This record gives sequence, structure tokens and C-alpha cells, in this order.
Amino acid sequence: MASYVPSTKAERQTMLESLGLVSTAELYHDVPPAARVETLDLPEGKSELEVVDAITALAGKNQVFHSVFRGAGAYKHYIPAVVKAITSREEFVTAYTPYQAEISQGVLQSIFEYQTQICELTGMDVSNASVYDGATAAAEAVFMCQDRRRTGVLAAATANPQVLDVMRTYCESRGVPFTLLPAKDYAVDPDALAEQLKSGPACLFLQNPNYYGVLEDVQPAVDAAHAAGAKVILSVNPISLGLLKTPGEYGADIAVGEGQPLGLPMSFGGPYLGFMACKQPLMRKLPGRIVGQTTDSRGNRCFVLTLQAREQHIRREKASSNICSNEALCAMTASVYLAAMGPGGLRQAAESSASHAHYLAGQLSELGFGLKTSKPFFHEFLTDCPVNPELLCRKLEAKGILPGLPLESGILWCCTELNRKPQIDGLTAAIEEVLQDEAAV
Amino acid sequence: MNIPAELKYTKSHEWLKAEADGSYAIGLTDYAQKQLGDIVFINLPAEGDTVTAGEAMADVESVKAVSDVFSPVTGTIAAVNEDLMDEPQQMNQAPYDAWIAKIGDVTATEELLSAKEYETFCSSAKE
Amino acid sequence: MKLLFERSRPGRGMEYLPACNTPPAEFAPGQLRNAPPRLPELSEVDLDRHYTELGKQTHGVNDGFYPLGSCTMKYNPRVNEALAALPGFSELHPLQPAETVQGALEVLYRTEKLLCEITGMTGMTMQPAAGAHGEYTGLLLIRRYHQSRGDMARTKIIVPDSAHGTNPASAAMAGFTVVSVPSNAQGGVDLDALREAVGPDTAGLMLTNPNTLGLFDPNILEITRIVHEAGGLCYYDGANLNAVMGHARPGNMGFDCVHVNLHKTFSTPHGGGGPGSGPVGCKAFLEQFLPEPRVRCVDGEYRFFTPKHSLGRVRSFYGNFAVVVRALAYILSLGRGGIPEAAENAVLNANYLMNRLAGHYDMACGHSSCMHEFVIDLSRLKAETGVTAMDVAKRLLDFGIHPPTMYFPLIVHEALMVEPTETESPETLDKAAELFLQIWQEAHDDPELLHTAPHTTPIGRPDEVAAARKPVVRYSFES
Repeated sequence: MASYVPSTKAERQTMLESLGLVSTAELYHDVPPAARVETLDLPEGKSELEVVDAITALAGKNQVFHSVFRGAGAYKHYIPAVVKAITSREEFVTAYTPYQAEISQGVLQSIFEYQTQICELTGMDVSNASVYDGATAAAEAVFMCQDRRRTGVLAAATANPQVLDVMRTYCESRGVPFTLLPAKDYAVDPDALAEQLKSGPACLFLQNPNYYGVLEDVQPAVDAAHAAGAKVILSVNPISLGLLKTPGEYGADIAVGEGQPLGLPMSFGGPYLGFMACKQPLMRKLPGRIVGQTTDSRGNRCFVLTLQAREQHIRREKASSNICSNEALCAMTASVYLAAMGPGGLRQAAESSASHAHYLAGQLSELGFGLKTSKPFFHEFLTDCPVNPELLCRKLEAKGILPGLPLESGILWCCTELNRKPQIDGLTAAIEEVLQDEAAV
Repeated sequence: MNIPAELKYTKSHEWLKAEADGSYAIGLTDYAQKQLGDIVFINLPAEGDTVTAGEAMADVESVKAVSDVFSPVTGTIAAVNEDLMDEPQQMNQAPYDAWIAKIGDVTATEELLSAKEYETFCSSAKE
Repeated sequence: MKLLFERSRPGRGMEYLPACNTPPAEFAPGQLRNAPPRLPELSEVDLDRHYTELGKQTHGVNDGFYPLGSCTMKYNPRVNEALAALPGFSELHPLQPAETVQGALEVLYRTEKLLCEITGMTGMTMQPAAGAHGEYTGLLLIRRYHQSRGDMARTKIIVPDSAHGTNPASAAMAGFTVVSVPSNAQGGVDLDALREAVGPDTAGLMLTNPNTLGLFDPNILEITRIVHEAGGLCYYDGANLNAVMGHARPGNMGFDCVHVNLHKTFSTPHGGGGPGSGPVGCKAFLEQFLPEPRVRCVDGEYRFFTPKHSLGRVRSFYGNFAVVVRALAYILSLGRGGIPEAAENAVLNANYLMNRLAGHYDMACGHSSCMHEFVIDLSRLKAETGVTAMDVAKRLLDFGIHPPTMYFPLIVHEALMVEPTETESPETLDKAAELFLQIWQEAHDDPELLHTAPHTTPIGRPDEVAAARKPVVRYSFES
């Protein structure tokens, strides 16, 4: 059995005696018998070697795909080796929240740098230190927009369905009216938008590129929402911002998104990173931790957690959110990734992803996988499938390729900079094989 | 402790001053600002908001605390002191000049204290 | 210390990606950003050194004693990091078909079963990403339960005044109003006040036990009975589970649902403020309301399913999966014997340190024993010497000790909350005790030394008032 308790049996006995006790059982004198448990039905403890064997065996039961054409909310990008090396430093891994600024400048400064990078990426004024994931970031952003005069969110049905699910859960509990804005041809329906804005929601939630990879017609939607007095929350893919117009340039009030593409492994869904940034007037409504710059008693520049009176440990039930932690190590990962890539590298990742996706779309259309819409897209797109999509996907998986996600009787494909031409050609060759096999049947 | 004789006061440490136009200016007392410490921010009401006597109309933040400001009267916010957004320290430095809001159309008032009564109230609160 | 942006030189940087060998994608000019983001341009060596410098200005668990009350800063075993990083976990796409991720589903399933046994629950979700997120999820379960019975009048959640701030904030987010009940003289729940507070509008009670004063409430069975008899449910905030795991179970105490903090009790690292993980467990009658998806095992095959009356999702995918892997490794390591052993040594260490300090420092509510943590009340020291809890905390920094939690719980005015955890040796505790006693002496001999502390840290006390009055929350490229 592995034990991380340093004290020996003899030392424990000496400590007990100093307290006038004979056994550790006496330490639990306040626990009534009915609340106790004698022995837990757990396996016997194991040595480290046995645990490594057991967990490695579990990892071995999973299939790791090296050729991944699936996105839909989680993206496989190249992660420079320096990112993992830096973020594995034990100080960053093991520290708690930087409440004691004097011995936490490393974490505090890294969050300040992260906040600056997120502002630069999104074109917004203020960023928080991150929240749990893109979905909770979106839900928290909806809460930021609610006030005594206006409530409710009009959420584009073209957003990621899991994000919409989380938003629905949050809204239901706080009594915030949630309305789904219907889609037309895989993008927001402008007529429906105009109609539904009449009911006076507090905000419009829009994702760009949307769940289907389509670039929404963002500007008219932002302008229509603002003209109707609603705020605009724009959810974005951070890699796309190496290239695409920012939420700030569109005039959005809040930018949110899933930060996983910024140097975080897919890790079967987590830990991830929700980023949130807003325009200056909304700063005090931003939930979560925020790091600010100040000076110390010796006159040096330094960093502290600030604007804390917004938060739950001070405002308690009147706080705008209950969030206590952030995803600090994930935020640092994103920050190191962005610093390593630089503006040129990020642009290259965005351009390569888009280029690969467009090349794949062309190749697929020759095989009879027509695009479901002719609207412009970034690095994801939805196609028809000449055979049963589930069947096709299973056959490709057996060939070691994780294809796009079966969706709406078609397939939602994704490319990143990792899906280079040979890999795409490998995919299309494999698809051809499957199609020929199917035709032969 | 500074308690100007010409003002009225509440037990929640707001001061109240009758303005020439019939509205009332509201602020926090010297006693309140000392208790709060360095004030770093105020959440102001909006002009046109209706407020109710005894209910929160604003809140002030120090670094590690937040406190409600209660309206002593029922009425409508006629003006807010936007300068406090930029310089909340005015509430520490000159509490009786740093009015928070002016309230018009007053229809009800909670029990108000004279300067002398307020002084007695504060010294009993301190014990 | 320079910022990343101040180290940047135009044109520097690494090429991590190859040139693209497919034709460029065309976008309408209106879809492109006007100017590139001002990200830093750095050589890799400059980047690496920057973070080495930041690391030197960060106190982690390996840098020394970290008795931060309520946060359970125990040692984070290295093997768990290595296991969570196995490509068989880290390279999995969350939307892979179930048959290709059987090992990952088994991780979720087995961890659920083990945590249920430890807490005395029957079902659990791994979706919540942190303790506060777990509280929110647990309260949604309670909300769904009352709604399912058509009992719409139950709108109030009772929270003791000693509770963490997240409790009332979570209750408000879950659509409840909060009723605060006072503590009794010992720091436990005041039973009369609780009886007074419950009624037909009671949705439930949130309680941390042992509570934030390090007290195991001896009336716990009576407390949960009072709430149940009034028709409410009982929520166990697992913040302090480390004190009792393997000895007492929330399920046996009468709680209906619970969250556990994998980043406290189950040794996963805090990461400078996250990622954590806050799985929520419940008794059988609440399982139908748990978030989707859950994992079940049929004939040795693991599958996702949606509970019958699921409250929906509280996060995308399945929570902080890699954190769950670490916790599973930890539970398998300690096992049946190690889990209670960890708890009792956490309690022993806390009592030992408390006893060493008790001759000089006052303990909150006059406590003479504690569970895994204790609260020092410095009101008398402040009255006698002018030295505050803040001053003592800042002085500890000079000796390489991370200070205890300050000014919490709120019901103790000059509070320092000390939680040594089980992974500290007697020498470490003895050394810490000596330093606490030295500081006690300094408070009487030279209080100015404490008012101006810390003296040996990279920076002195920061001006938090200036930071909050004129917030500077991003680097300005223009200045």
C-alpha cells in the first residue's frame, strides 16, 4: 500500500501521548456511532508499481487516433513541447489560488499576461482569469447581461448544442427566459432574429464560426441586437482569431469561448478553459477572478487579485456568480502557447487549418460528399454522405482514422494544421475503399 | 466625529439634506466611512429608478467588504453623483460633500434622527 | 520582473509549424481582422527563462509548509501526474465512439463507485469542474426533487453563518433564497435556531461537517433529522471530507447529496487556482435527476446514458476527466487501509500543532481539540499589541511558510485557520510551532516588525486599494 504520511508509527504514538491520548480512535470522539463506518468496501491499497500497471491497462483499452478529422467542440492542434515543459513546473502545478501576493507573483503575473493576450485576441477591454469551460463561460455571460430592466437570452440554435444545454440549465435555475433563435440554411435566420428581438431580450448569444463551421453574418446580427437594446455575446474559436475579425471589431459586448485549442490536450473533455472578456462598462459584472496591477510597499510594480468585492467570498448570496476557482493552470497553458506561437504562428495555425479544411471539402465533394450549405466556413464543414454515415465512420475507425462527427444525416468534418495533405489524401483513399466495398455488396 | 447639525440621519448611517428644489441629497456619514475603511467603488442607482425607504439603493465596496446604502425615503432618483465612480475616495475624504444621489417625488420617509440623536446612537453602537 | 510583452522583439520567434502545402482558403475582407493580435514575439530560450523566473516567485506545496485552512494542501503524488498524461487518456477526443474509449469510461465508472463507497452515496456525476460547481449541481438536484413532487413552495436553503461564501452564492444561482442560521457557542449549528428556521418553505440545508471551525458537529444526526422532518433535503459540502474519510460517511450522517473536492481530499493538484473537480453524489432517490451523461456497465461493456429526469448538463462533456484519473490512482494507492489512515493523521497533525500553540494563542470558541484544522482567534493579541491576523500571516512569509487562511470563518474576527494535512512530518510541525511562538514574542517585543512584514519576499505588501480604485487589468502597449 502506498502511503504519503511521513510520520512513523512510533512518532504517531509520541504525538498521541503529547495530547494525552492512547489511540487515534479517540480523535473522533464527537462522531456519533450511527455516523461512523467501520471498514470501507474498497480494494486493498497498492504499491506504485501496481497502480501504474492498473491505470496503464485502462489507458490501453482506449483507441488513440493519430488521424483525427473530428472537432465539434474539442480540437486536436499541435502543442509545442515547451508548453508542457513549462506548465509542468511543480510551483505552478501545486500552488493554491494566489491569495498571498507576496509569494505568488509568478501565478499572478502569468494571469495578468493571459488576460492581456485574451483581450488582444478578442479585441475586448477586460478579461477575467478564466472559468471552467466554454459552455459555462457562455452561461455566465448571459447572467452578466441580466438586469432589472431586461431579462432573457436569445440564443442562436447554430451554436454548439452542449453549450446551449449548459446555458439552458443555468437559465432555468435563475429564472432567466431562454429562447432559441432558429436557423436557416445552417446559419442564423435574419428574419427570425428581427422578429424575436422585438420581445426585448437582455442579450443575443451567437457563435462564430458556428457549430456547423459556418461563418455567420455577424455584423447585421450585432447591429440588429444593439438597435433593439440587447447586448451581444459572441462565442468564438480562439485559433480562428489568428485570422478572423474579432468580437471587438464586430462591436460585441462580451466575448467567450472554449480555450482548449490553445495548447491543451483533448483529454477526453477536460480539463478545459473558458475564456471571458468584455467591454469596459461591463467590467464590474464580469464573474470570476481578475488580476490587477499595483505597487508594493517598496514601490515596485506587482500584481494582486482585484475587484474582489464582486465575488462570492465577500458578496455571498448577492454575488453575480458562485465561481470560486478559475482554471489557472489551463490559462497559463494557453498563455504559454500564445507566447510560443506568436502572432505569426497563430495566424499560420489558423490559415493551415482553414486551408486543409477547404482542400478536404474539395476532395470529398469529388467523392459525392456535397457541402450542406454554400456559406463560407473556417475549419469545419457539414457534408452529405453517400452511404450511411454511422457505417462509414465505423469502417474508417477500424482503419485507424477518426472521421468527422455523424450529424443531421451527414458528417461534420474538421481540419487543423495537423491534417496535412498526405493525411487528407489517406482519408479520401480510405473512404474510396469503403465506398467500393459498399458498392460491391 | 463629524456630525453636521443641519443634516438628518438614519440608523443605517446615511445622511439626508433637503435641497432647494424639494429633492433630498443622500450620502454616507463620517462614522460609516470610518467603519468601511478605504472605499474603492460605488454601485450607483440609475436616474429614474424608484427607491423605497429602508431598502438598498446603492452599495459601496472596500477591498474586502461590500455594504448596502439604504434609501431613507421613498421616491425617484433625480440625480446621481457620477464623480464618485472615478473618485470613490471622496466618500472617505469629505463624506458630507460626497452626495451619492438626489431623490425627488418623495412620498414617504423612514424615521430620521437629528444630529444630536445620531451622535447618541453612534456612541451607544460603539460600546 | 518584465512582462512577456516587454521581452518581445519584432521578428523573433520559433517556427513550430511547417509551411502549408494545400491552397490558401479565401475569405471576404470583411471577415478578416484588421490587425494581428499583439502577442509577444520571443525566442524559445527567452520564453522558457521567463517562466523559470515566474516559478521562482511562486510558492507551491514543494516549497514548504502550506497550512492553508479549508484548502487541504497535501502533497500531490508525482505518479498521478504521469498517469493522467498517458496518451491513452490525453489524446482521446471526447466524442469518440464508446467502443473506442472503454478504458476512459471505466475510469469514470470505477471512480464513481469508489467515491460512492467513501461518501455513503449510491450514484455520482463527475461533470462539475470545481467545488462551487458541485454545490450548484447538488442544489439543482434538490430543486428538481421538490419540483418533481409538485412541491413548489420550497424556495429556501438554510446555510450556517460559518459557511463558505460559495454556499449562499450557489444557492442564489440555483434559484433559492438563503436563510442564514447562527452558530452556537461551540461553533456548531444552533439547534433551536435551526428548528425555528425550518418549515414548509425549506428546500434544504447546506452543511460542511467538520465545519469551518474544525468542529465535527456532535448533533449532526439531530440536525439532519430536523431538516428531513420539515420536508427538506440535506446537502453535504465535502470541503472537509479529508478529516473523516474512512471513519464517518455523509450518507450515514443523514445527508442526501454531497460534493467532494478531488483537488483537496484526493490529492489532485490545485494548479494555482484550478483545474479542480467537484463530483456530486446522491442517494438512490435523487439519481434520476443527475446531469447527463452518466456511465453504466452492461455485460462488461461501458455505455453513456441519460438519467430519466436529468437536470441537463452543467458543463460540456464529462467534467475534468484528467483530474478524475489522478484521483482514481490515489484511491487505488491508498485503498481500504490508507484512506482512513490519511484522515486520522490529518486530524492527529492538526491536534498536535494546535496543542503546541494553545499555551499562547487563543483558539476560536475555546476549542481544545479539533478535526483536521483549527482556527486561531487573535482578538486578544490585537487588543494587547495591535498586531492583527494579517500581520502574523505576513510575518510567516518571511520564514517560508504559506500563511493559514486569514479572516475566515467570518464569525471569528481575527481568524487564522490552520490545516496542516497528513503529509507533513512531526519535524515540520515542530518547526512551524516554534515560528508561531517566536512571532507571538515578536508581537509583544517589536510589533512594528510585524506591521511591516514581510521583509524577505520578492515584493512587499501590495497596495490593494489602489488596485481596486483604478483597475489596471491588462498590459497597455501604448504607455
